[in-house]
Amino acid sequence: MARTYTPLAVLAMALFAVAPFAVASAPSEQTMGLIQRVFYYHVPSAMMLFLSAFICGIASAVFLFKRSEAADRLAVAAGELAVVFGLIVLVTGPMWARKAWGVWWQWDARLTSSLLLWMMFVAYLLVRRYGGPGSEKLSAAMAIFGMANVPFVYVSVNFWRTIHPNTNVLMTLAPGMRGPFWFCVASFLLLYLLLLALRRRLEDQRAAVERLYLALDE
Amino acid sequence: MTFDFDRLVVDDVSRNFGRRRALTRVSLTCHAGEIVGLLGPNGAGKSTLLAILSTLLAASSGEIHYGSATARAIGPALRARLGLLGHDLYLYPELTARENLEFFARLYGCPNVPAVVGDALGRAGLRDRADDLVSGFSRGMRQRLALERALLHGPRLLLLDEPFTGLDDASGQALVARLRDLRQDGRIVLVATHDLDLAEGLFDRVAVLREGRLLLVDNSSASLRERYREAVAAARR
Amino acid sequence: MKQFLRVAWIVMRKDLTVEVRSREILYTTVFFAASCVLVFAFALVREGRPMEDAAAGILWIAIAFAGTLALGRTFERERQTETLRALMLAPSDRPAIYVGKLLGILILLGVVELVLVPMVGLLFNAPFGASPLWLVVLLAAGTLGFASVGTLFAAMLVRARSRDVLLPVLLYPITIPIIIAGVRGTVALLQAVPDEPMARFWIALLVFFDAVFVTLALWTFEPLMTE
Repeated sequence: MARTYTPLAVLAMALFAVAPFAVASAPSEQTMGLIQRVFYYHVPSAMMLFLSAFICGIASAVFLFKRSEAADRLAVAAGELAVVFGLIVLVTGPMWARKAWGVWWQWDARLTSSLLLWMMFVAYLLVRRYGGPGSEKLSAAMAIFGMANVPFVYVSVNFWRTIHPNTNVLMTLAPGMRGPFWFCVASFLLLYLLLLALRRRLEDQRAAVERLYLALDE
Repeated sequence: MTFDFDRLVVDDVSRNFGRRRALTRVSLTCHAGEIVGLLGPNGAGKSTLLAILSTLLAASSGEIHYGSATARAIGPALRARLGLLGHDLYLYPELTARENLEFFARLYGCPNVPAVVGDALGRAGLRDRADDLVSGFSRGMRQRLALERALLHGPRLLLLDEPFTGLDDASGQALVARLRDLRQDGRIVLVATHDLDLAEGLFDRVAVLREGRLLLVDNSSASLRERYREAVAAARR
Repeated sequence: MKQFLRVAWIVMRKDLTVEVRSREILYTTVFFAASCVLVFAFALVREGRPMEDAAAGILWIAIAFAGTLALGRTFERERQTETLRALMLAPSDRPAIYVGKLLGILILLGVVELVLVPMVGLLFNAPFGASPLWLVVLLAAGTLGFASVGTLFAAMLVRARSRDVLLPVLLYPITIPIIIAGVRGTVALLQAVPDEPMARFWIALLVFFDAVFVTLALWTFEPLMTE
């Protein structure tokens, strides 16, 4: 790992080392008990999922229209991270739901929308991997269409779930909870940026190796 | 609106697919009223070069100039001056010969479609089979029809990918005669083939491609086979 | 603009001519859609009574599955003769070719739906005739959305490996909002008293979806189809 990333990595690790203490120090929520604290990892992960989807979509558009390979490399890094953070959301969500509502999956609007978004980016990776030569452009189309679809998914799932929009998931944060919450958001953001940069760098290095192979033939 | 050119300049064009180099720094110039042969074994990059010249594929580096402008500068109007006869002939087997020609004539914006189609059917020698489905045609008949299809809109640059495949002697000779007429007409004709016998005496100039590299551009009057062998031998040295 | 529409019209007419000659895709797609309906009927009907809202769901699932099949077959035909390349070589705006293909698919799916709707209505005693105008608008808007994304994806996958399985993999997640809107809208129209405001809401969502995705498809068609 390049030296430039070391301070960032150290910072991220430090934040994550402190995070459990921050989370433990938060006041307990009345009905839920310990599981409620999953929320401190669940929501920031969801934020990273959406951020990643957005970055992947924009980078894919730049790749498709400006023919910029660098943009494609960023897009694949963001696409993979979307799947990773999405997985965290989809695992922690049911853990919370089981305690809160007694069932693992309740087709809650937000969680269902996250599932769909996650699946779109799994499809992104699948087409990249199995589409054969030229699959970078195909996956770029998927990312763009997936990102454009986010509002439609949100609205349709919301209104599919119930005629009247519900407000049950994101409860208003009690003052004592805000500190740990935003601390976790910051830690996740830092971790995300670090992973994105590292993954992007891996792609850049792969591209450099390809160029070297090609130069051999000259 | 009508765009035309009299010169094709391939300037240092390379194309790679991932790690595989299909074309390496190919440079070539062709003029109006020329038939240029593109020789080489399978996998040499002939089809790739033709695809790039027809704008179906982009070059990884280098430029192609049609006259003095690049494809991007000219825009869609360039395609009105290009004709490609690919290996797969691009004909709809479920349509008749006439319907195929009519479709492409309309698609390419040819004026006076019935006349153009009638002429093309005559030149292809298919007037009596005009209303039969292409699925029932022999390879030679399809080749003749496909050639006329590629010429419907009067392209300046005609690109032919292995046009002699599956042709009997008579059809092959007829094709050679047709190409000579086109040269007379001032077109630029680029023929990719590995059939050296039929193409003997046809080419004004010969370019030899091997493993993506252009080995030789030659107008000597030695036989094609000799020139080809010499080019390959020179590359080995 | 006139040139654009002219090219789209020519491409569509050619597709319809080819299809009318053999009717292969039409017959197989209709039959497949009918089989789908039966499969789901057996899965979801208990003691001769369908589950609530089953008719609407089954209708849209059948349209989605049949549509995917039809798209795959249509472009497989173009791939076999490499004629898609010949279309791309035409000196017109390339998105016009996309529009032509889209119109052809829409007509094909329209015919399939003409068979499917009465069939589902009959088998499930669903009163599709109660609000025919809104139903037609709903079906049209939903089919357009599905076909617009499907045509683009099927076209871009023509040269890809694993294209048969990748088409549904890419298409279904994107078209889930269409399924949701279509089914909920149809359910609204199938009520004892058709709930037209609800149906209109879903139709509006679909129309908005169509506008966004047709535009996106027109934008991205050329860069996607040239290597």
